[in-house]
Amino acid sequence: MKWANTIRAAVATLAFATGLGATTAQAAKLGYPEKEELTFGFIKLTDMAPIAIAYEKGFFEDEGLYVTIEAQANWKVLLDGVIDGRLDGAHMLAGQPIAATMGFGTQADIITPFSMDLNGNGITVSNEIWSQMKPNIARREDGLPEHPIKADALKPVVEKYRAAGKPFNMGMVFPVSTHNYELRYWLAAGGIHPGYYAPHKGDISGQIDAEALLSVTPPPQMPATLEAGTIYGYCVGEPWNQQAVFKDIGVPVVTDYEIWKNNPEKVFGITKGFAEKYPNTTVRITRALIRAAMWLDDNNNANRPEAVKILSQSHYVGADYDVIANSMTGTFEYEKGDKRAVPDFNVFFRYNATYPYYSDAIWYMTQMRRWGQIPEDRSDDWYKELAAKVYRPDIYEAAARSLIEEGLASADQFPDFATEDGFRDPQTHFIDGIVYNGHQPNAYIDKFPIGLKSGEKL
Amino acid sequence: MSTITMTPGRLLRWKPQVDGRGLLTTTVKLVALPAAGILVFLLLWSAGARNIDTSLGQFPGPLAVGEQFGALYTEHQRSREKEVAFYERQRERNARRVAEDPGYEPKIRDYTGKETFIDQIGTSLVTVMSGFLLAAMIAIPLGIAIGLSPGLNAACNPIIQVFKPVSPLAWLPLVTMVVSALYATPDPVIAKSFINSMITVTLCCLWPMVINTAVGVASIDRDLVNVSRVLRLPPLQHVRRIVLPASVPMIFTGMRLSLGVAWMVLIAAEMLAQNPGLGKFVWDEFQNGSSDSLARIMAAVIVIGFIGFLLDRSMLQLQRFFSWDKGTATH
Repeated sequence: MKWANTIRAAVATLAFATGLGATTAQAAKLGYPEKEELTFGFIKLTDMAPIAIAYEKGFFEDEGLYVTIEAQANWKVLLDGVIDGRLDGAHMLAGQPIAATMGFGTQADIITPFSMDLNGNGITVSNEIWSQMKPNIARREDGLPEHPIKADALKPVVEKYRAAGKPFNMGMVFPVSTHNYELRYWLAAGGIHPGYYAPHKGDISGQIDAEALLSVTPPPQMPATLEAGTIYGYCVGEPWNQQAVFKDIGVPVVTDYEIWKNNPEKVFGITKGFAEKYPNTTVRITRALIRAAMWLDDNNNANRPEAVKILSQSHYVGADYDVIANSMTGTFEYEKGDKRAVPDFNVFFRYNATYPYYSDAIWYMTQMRRWGQIPEDRSDDWYKELAAKVYRPDIYEAAARSLIEEGLASADQFPDFATEDGFRDPQTHFIDGIVYNGHQPNAYIDKFPIGLKSGEKL
Repeated sequence: MSTITMTPGRLLRWKPQVDGRGLLTTTVKLVALPAAGILVFLLLWSAGARNIDTSLGQFPGPLAVGEQFGALYTEHQRSREKEVAFYERQRERNARRVAEDPGYEPKIRDYTGKETFIDQIGTSLVTVMSGFLLAAMIAIPLGIAIGLSPGLNAACNPIIQVFKPVSPLAWLPLVTMVVSALYATPDPVIAKSFINSMITVTLCCLWPMVINTAVGVASIDRDLVNVSRVLRLPPLQHVRRIVLPASVPMIFTGMRLSLGVAWMVLIAAEMLAQNPGLGKFVWDEFQNGSSDSLARIMAAVIVIGFIGFLLDRSMLQLQRFFSWDKGTATH
């Protein structure tokens, strides 16, 4: 608990210094935005929904913000856009602000006041791989495969390919993407080594000692790359898993909900400079996004069909209504015809989905350490300091409090800000049963059979 | 003036053909054969399309593409309606803000919605023309200078020969980085993406124009040059009175070539750099992967081809207008 207090003290000082006076309850009324015309970037994935909804439902305009939303070609272009100021903010992979602040890849101070959603990803394999995996999967009474499917079922297939001298290639969307860590987590939990990074030796391919070779493909191109046979499987966000089912080119085997129940997904990233220069604008953006997230989860997902209709427009996600609707409205189709209920497949607001927890940031860092993106040991305090630099619950709190004051939200919809320390309780719902406690990142890393442990360096 | 004098001349030349058989063959040639060609193409297309099954469904036939033209137009209209509502809301909001905060100077911000297909056609046209004009402003004087001076020609030739075959797309990353380094204003009047596409287009338009202009200038009839010598025309007069008129046909040939290349390159550049325009439209639709995507891309392909054709024809008309020697302006 000592740590939580230090962070809170640091945050309070920071908030005071940067003029984010609204963190305290008796703060003055939120001022007008300093910058009114903004451009936000996104990648064509359903979890960009809060940005599209905030625009279409007028939540941005309610804050006096005139926002242009632009699809980006890939995560690198998007990140560079935010860094060089072409974009004011963007839908980002949770790992991007962390890696950028840490200096893995491009160095830049990116922060996030708003976590965009929970879950929403899946791992899909090609039909050919699926037919070889199937004999290794237990069946339910009705003959359908038992879920969750572990990578144990894939291991013999990978071994067969390796014995035949064929590299087993899989796709993920970015080296610091959730998808990379989820795919690695799932593979490693089934005894398949996904390979190490060694940035200090100039190796950023992430394929050292790998049994499955992972490489980067932009999300919308995943199905086409799978179909071309360049990769045998991939981990990506929706609608690109359901797209594979519709196109009949692949079968989603596992969702990230099954790998780690209610795992944090995208974040909304802005530069630290932007937040300091435009504090009111930053809070107002966060307010609009919180309202959009509330709208998306309102009344037990009652607004989802309308959201799907908006997202299926060609300038947002642009995939067919049915494809997007599959996951957004609480079902997920595995093998063609095997449609199962996954009510929490996309969570935008409930379970405090939008609150930027330090512990979420630290989980990503533990995986960066596990796979060598952080090449050497760091103290538990180092993890916490970095998390507090990137994740900014203070801004979120200011936005939430002003929404509560104006009656646009109620206090019980948010964490109790008076006692919240930014760490979720130890989380138990992982596919391999390993418990994650955000306070002890080093002890957590040591629990994995595959992966770098504390003290190890390549 | 030249068109007015030209038109009656053409009509006169037409007249003798208007006997019975001549008219028939002309009609067949001008209308029936192209129509038959298009019809056969459409038939082949729809028959072929029915046999190609992609993972996004069947390859779009002419009907599906026609439907998408309709859909794209409807989208355009809907977007215009949204735009009107946007400005309306903005005015109301500004009025409220002024009431609360009298020091505030209301400002009308541009519509923040997405460009429609039709807007993107406009963007692409503006970009290609700006890049092309910029290139012409550089290439024509440079070409004249090179054509006039064998020394300068020898000096520039190796550079031109090396850069000419470079695909402008190879320039694109460099252009992007240089533009973002040099053009760093907080509130740019002209979008960076526009400048990127424009400069890329300029780089590719440059060479055919430089080369053709230089060749045109260098191969001026000796007699004309001698006339200029006899009259002792000062250098600028020499260029204006003798060189330019004599080399206009070649300059225009270069410009026509350039514009054709420019249009092709622009689409690719927009696709690669995600700059607004038709190229981005095609790429976005490819990424969307919806069941309408292929038909929409095909619609864009037809529009791109049609615009390319129109650009080429208008250059030809300009060439006819400016050339003294009508015979050089052929299709």
